[in-house]
Amino acid sequence: MTDTSASATHTASDFGDVVSLLKPRVMSLVVFTAAVGLIVAPVSVHPFLGFCAILFIGLGAGASGALNMWWDADIDAIMKRTQSRPVPAGKVTAHNAMLVGLWMSVLSVAMLGLAANWFAAAFLAFTIFFYAVIYSMWLKRSTPQNIVIGGAAGAFPPMVGWAAATGGVSIEAWGMFMLIFMWTPPHFWALALFMNDDYTKAGVPMLTVTHGRRTTRKHIMVYTVLLTPFCIGLGFTSIGGPVYFLASLILSVMFLRGAYGLYTRAEETAEADKYIAERRVFKFSLFYLFILFAALLVEEVMRNLSIGLENWPVVI
Amino acid sequence: MTDEEIHARRAKNNKMLGLVLVGFVVIVFGITIVKMTKGHNMEAFDHVRRPALEVTQ
Repeated sequence: MTDTSASATHTASDFGDVVSLLKPRVMSLVVFTAAVGLIVAPVSVHPFLGFCAILFIGLGAGASGALNMWWDADIDAIMKRTQSRPVPAGKVTAHNAMLVGLWMSVLSVAMLGLAANWFAAAFLAFTIFFYAVIYSMWLKRSTPQNIVIGGAAGAFPPMVGWAAATGGVSIEAWGMFMLIFMWTPPHFWALALFMNDDYTKAGVPMLTVTHGRRTTRKHIMVYTVLLTPFCIGLGFTSIGGPVYFLASLILSVMFLRGAYGLYTRAEETAEADKYIAERRVFKFSLFYLFILFAALLVEEVMRNLSIGLENWPVVI
Repeated sequence: MTDEEIHARRAKNNKMLGLVLVGFVVIVFGITIVKMTKGHNMEAFDHVRRPALEVTQ
């Protein structure tokens, strides 16, 4: 016989635990990039509907986070970085995490369809599917290219925001997609360089685990070089302008310098100083993306106030 | 954990859930009002002019 009050303490989850299932920090980046996508789009949206659209895109991202925590509970329990997540910590059962994820997916997609349009809603549904099924269930444990392809899931939100405003996608939306898509590999590989032990223990085939740190450093360099034209090129679309261009130029040089620093670094030095440069590049990459999207917002404000350069070349 | 503590925890969780539900009602109501007063189609721009979507006075 079980004591009912004791079992209640084991099974009841706190509201805060359910909120942390939604990966609030990832959600904040999704909300920000989706909001920029919606705001810079050439169609003005009623502020309340715009707010709702962003809210439900964020909720959709949270839903995929919960599904990811349900599916990855076994490896999350092994890795130090993820041990305190609600499912491995025993605060929420894996089954409940799945239910929260599924119901919130349905709710966020339906509500985005009602608040904005059904194209954006279908796009959000695809994004959740891509993250939960293609990335979490399939790629993550099967290939070192996991985060390269899986990065698309994180790159869709500004496109969904754009679609919520316009009802479609266009070259500018793809430009924002490519910026995040190409940014994701160097960002996560910088993390993997100093979190390698976690991934090895959990058997996740990150590039650092399968090909070693040397190859990963090379890959970070190559992807950062490939990222640069997409980053700067976005400045010459209809959502770019001089402020974005200047920001992209400075940030690209800084990112390239950081990546080159990691590329030329000896493994012994990195180990001796506890991966200080790798941690710095990882943190910088977050700052890089934030500033670039903020610069797109500044361009939009300048356009609305008609204080931009009128003859700024829009090439693409 | 004592009974009082469990009750306090539940009360807090219920209050939070209640707030979320009230928030949801407000959002659905707000969307309805905006859509009814504006009545506009949000689909418009995809690089081509779509006369079918333009409001004619």
